[in-house]
Amino acid sequence: MLEVQTNNTDLIVSMRNASLSFGDRVILDSINIDIPRGKVTTIMGPSGTGKTTALRLISGQLYPSQGEVMVDGFNMSTIKRRELFALRKRMGMMFQSGALFTDLNVFENVAFPLREHTDLPESMIRDIVIMKLQAVGLRGARKLMPSELSGGMARRVALARAIALDPMMIMYDEPFTGQDPITVGVIMQLIRKLNDSLGLTSVIVSHDVAEVSSISDCLYIISNGKVVESGSPQSLKNSESEWTQQFLNGRPDGPAKFHYPADDYAEDLLTNVE
Amino acid sequence: MLNKTSRWLQGVGQRSIKSVRRLGVGNIFLMHAFIALPSIRKEFPLLIKQLYAVGVLTVQIIAVSGITVGMVLALQGYNTLIDFGAEDSLGQLVALSLVREMGPVLTALLFAGRAGSALTAEIGLMKVTEQLPAMEMMAVDPYKKVIAPRFLAGLISMPLLAAIFSAVGIAGGYLVGVGLLGIDGGAFWSQMTSKVDLYDDVLNGVIKSIIFGLVATWIAIYEGYEANPTTEGVSRATTRTVVHTAFAVLGLDFILTALMFGGE
Repeated sequence: MLEVQTNNTDLIVSMRNASLSFGDRVILDSINIDIPRGKVTTIMGPSGTGKTTALRLISGQLYPSQGEVMVDGFNMSTIKRRELFALRKRMGMMFQSGALFTDLNVFENVAFPLREHTDLPESMIRDIVIMKLQAVGLRGARKLMPSELSGGMARRVALARAIALDPMMIMYDEPFTGQDPITVGVIMQLIRKLNDSLGLTSVIVSHDVAEVSSISDCLYIISNGKVVESGSPQSLKNSESEWTQQFLNGRPDGPAKFHYPADDYAEDLLTNVE
Repeated sequence: MLNKTSRWLQGVGQRSIKSVRRLGVGNIFLMHAFIALPSIRKEFPLLIKQLYAVGVLTVQIIAVSGITVGMVLALQGYNTLIDFGAEDSLGQLVALSLVREMGPVLTALLFAGRAGSALTAEIGLMKVTEQLPAMEMMAVDPYKKVIAPRFLAGLISMPLLAAIFSAVGIAGGYLVGVGLLGIDGGAFWSQMTSKVDLYDDVLNGVIKSIIFGLVATWIAIYEGYEANPTTEGVSRATTRTVVHTAFAVLGLDFILTALMFGGE
């Protein structure tokens, strides 16, 4: 297990027995996740196991039905709207699709949070936007509209927008999904570099094992709404859990069955159609 | 048998609860939209943009429909009035039909088809592409940034569009009545101006168009905001906007007409 669990001041996020269910459907079942300050933490797991939901609990878009989620000292279940908005100004989020505003060009997209939350003069906003775009390598693309960008470029613009207000934490929702190898490499490098140079805390939700293993400081593996295992990438690689091994190595069959539960195959074939 | 009946009853109950719930959510949404309205002072350029999208771009279909409806009214009215030798009252007939009824109602229906559906689809797609959650994550209230400008633009546009519809319709009626059918132009205008009352007719028509504008815009932005964030969800929401607005406007029109003109 993780060695950071005892020192509370070093944790930017701590989820204690957090559960979430919609009606009878349990999405998250009493999970404990700690996210240390200044590190890159990844929440991994198969599709549809509540990874993105965990991110939404951290960002206050959803509330746990049981347990508590603490973010930078605030309990997300009881936080006031004003405090939540103040907290969100210090959190950046990169959505899977980029979520750029389609009616604004690249420059205006990155300038959006600055215009909303600061009274900076136009020249200052211009400088900040250009610096953020330079950081993601898209200074030259500032006049383009989102529809003219490739998927990878859109995500990089979204990243520049997420760091526009110099947040303390940045969350990535499936940053690698559907990208070509070069773009994946670029985004991986950006996540690590921005985290270290800006003193951020990064939280990644992803199921791309190889990519996140190489840039993360600690990993959480979630399956069926539960934390299966956690630790450094190295310790998970040596894990004795069969399930973890199957997931990390992408084996088609194992504890997670290839076949959807069904009756006996031979019997099924021999059954006469009525 | 009993089982079937109870299941049927259960279905009816579930559907009723769902409808009431939707209505409640819709009202809370409307309240939030009103609360967000004052913030428009800081977002004036957004309002101008929406006034163009919602209002100006709808003028074309309103004008074309208005002139056609006015011309048809004049033709049909003339054929009936001539039997009584009252064809001079054609101006009054055209103007009253348009100002009291057809202007507000038809404008609202066309508004739902042209502007309402566009609003729903736009807001719905903003949800699909995660622009609304992204806004919330940047600590920006979508009600202020997205809903309020569109809401206000709809409220302002509808009465103006209804006025354009009626005015163009009367011009169409004049064209057919005086130009084609040979009614005396002076009689057409004087009958109209003496029989159409500013308060009883014009003002009531304007009140109708304001109420229809509120309802049509409310339904459009609500359906967009609450749409299921999928391709199918947005297409359904867009359809619902047009259908629900039609029902709401036609139903309200009867009630309002009964209140305004029923007691004479």
